Amino acid sequence: MNLSFRIEKREQGSALFRTLATTGSIFIALFVAGFLLLSAGVDPAAAYLEILRESLGSSYGLSETLVKATPLIITGLAVSLAFRMQIWNIGAEGQIYMGACGATWVALFSGLDSPLMLPAMFAAAFIAGGLWASVAGLLRARWQVNEVIVTLLMNYIAILLTDYLVYGPWKNPDGFNFPLTAQFADAARFSEYFNTRLHSGFFLALFCALALYLLMERTIWGYQIKAIGSNPGAARYAGMRTGLAIFLVLTLSGAIAGIAGFSEVAGLQHRLQHGISPGYGYTAIIIAWLARRSALGVVIVSLLMGILLVGGDSLQLSWQLPVAFAYAFQGLILFFLLASDFFINFRLRRVKEVTDA
Amino acid sequence: MLEILLDATVRAGTPILFATLGAIINERAGIINLGIEGLMLIGALSGFAATFVSGNLLFGVIAAFIAAFLAGSIHALICVQLRGNQIVSGLALTMFGVGSTALFGRGMVGQTIDGFERHAVPLLSQLPVVGKAFFHQDWLIYFSFLLVVKIWFFFYHTRWGLALRTVGENPAAADACGIPVNLYRFLAIACGSGFVGIGGAYLSLASTPMWIENMSAGRGWIAVALVIFAGWSSVRALFGAYLFGGITAMQLRFQAMGTTISAHILQMLPYFFTIVVLVISTLRLQKGASQQPGNLGLPYDREDRK
Repeated sequence: MNLSFRIEKREQGSALFRTLATTGSIFIALFVAGFLLLSAGVDPAAAYLEILRESLGSSYGLSETLVKATPLIITGLAVSLAFRMQIWNIGAEGQIYMGACGATWVALFSGLDSPLMLPAMFAAAFIAGGLWASVAGLLRARWQVNEVIVTLLMNYIAILLTDYLVYGPWKNPDGFNFPLTAQFADAARFSEYFNTRLHSGFFLALFCALALYLLMERTIWGYQIKAIGSNPGAARYAGMRTGLAIFLVLTLSGAIAGIAGFSEVAGLQHRLQHGISPGYGYTAIIIAWLARRSALGVVIVSLLMGILLVGGDSLQLSWQLPVAFAYAFQGLILFFLLASDFFINFRLRRVKEVTDA
Repeated sequence: MLEILLDATVRAGTPILFATLGAIINERAGIINLGIEGLMLIGALSGFAATFVSGNLLFGVIAAFIAAFLAGSIHALICVQLRGNQIVSGLALTMFGVGSTALFGRGMVGQTIDGFERHAVPLLSQLPVVGKAFFHQDWLIYFSFLLVVKIWFFFYHTRWGLALRTVGENPAAADACGIPVNLYRFLAIACGSGFVGIGGAYLSLASTPMWIENMSAGRGWIAVALVIFAGWSSVRALFGAYLFGGITAMQLRFQAMGTTISAHILQMLPYFFTIVVLVISTLRLQKGASQQPGNLGLPYDREDRK
């Protein structure tokens, strides 16, 4: 007689169990990431305390967390919109850059003034991000070209295009040859609050969350997206135009990510420069995955990720860690979340096998 | 001129070739691996570090294989045993690779090693035009030729290869034949990942013998797209990888000639062409008989057998 385990399917555990499993897996990921830090010569306990102190320990830290959460909320919403339809928009990073380029073009060269300037920048960013993503949308809808690869490769092109602009035609003539555009005029900047860097973009992000929630839960279009996402065959049979929906959803997803680019240049950078997004578009994928279909979830998870990023920035300064190390954290969190999914969907049952003599 | 261009083509194409071959092995077993980019970086760093410490290039290549094998095993564990989402797991692997190599590579930045040297193959290297480009190269490039043939032979002329293709095509049928589906899938992912790691090591041991953060620069993603172009065949992967090597070589040549076109615009070309090629090969795939493994991207669960 020997003991062994059998894997059994189960109905998804209770909401409480699912929340516990998700939270638990994040903590395990942080624990494992501690070993990563340890082997890089950083004391993990001190590092985690520093992350909390820097991001939540002061009113300035709190405001910085909100500043970091702003582009994450917007891009998280963009990616989660596509997720609803089982479409992978891995190109939010590039769409942020294109949105920022669109907004910058209006800010520097349109000659508009105060009441019109910000709305025009918004529109330009929305259109630029949307057009960029529509390429992948068209290819996917028309010819079933894999949207993961297309959106991803277009990130590289978008970043190079931005570099081309800031190193070339858009470079500030008075900028001592740095790869930056000229600073925006006051009309092209968001208001800032409480003497911190917190800007109107945060409220724009919350507004986007509300708008997307209403779109998904209160309109027929939202219902169709969900229907196509859960069963494309049935949706097509019911007369829904799945191809068109895929195209529109990817385009809208890109347009929303473009808004994040607008918010970053109008609220924070006040100019276009190399590397305006340190990978928000990739973090957005985790956020959308973690938030599981909920706009409110995207906001909450983005705030948590904001804590990690603010803390990570401070660790870079105090321990000379590279910027990209935050990705290692995010990768680990995803690994453990995927593993926790298994324990939500399956149970291990001990079985006693009687071996025949 | 043509000789120089061909030589640069082979050298630029080789890391992509290794990565594409690794990805083909993964996908033949039915598992999508979007972690190629991260695996290349893991291979590049561990290969460089091992060579730097030991002074031996072969150790570097072995270390790259083992490190990427282990990292690929995480993906395998999640996709095969835990039946997790393959796309998310692959992205996580890329993120993990980018982040952890940036962290551990700090001490290696700015260090130098003696990279792979060229060795001429007698007679063959005397061939006009192609001789120098293909047969006056380093050992890793000769190994890549061998690997192309080996993988082709493995898939079409061995029982294990047939079993592996069955696992990717129809795991339920494979299971019914007594093939251990999960074991095959796990090993295919881990070994494929190891070859991707060697592709990364080519960057840090041969192309530019040094470690640079994020030095794969999107080649892993190009490889993922090339798998479709290659129709999951190792021989066609060779042509695909050299096509992209050629575009990269021409782009570098343009820059060296001092063209007025911005370097940033020229650097877009490989990514742009990958998208074009992906569209064309997707269209071709839909027209003709599809080479795509039937159960690509789907987890296998014995209880769900139909």
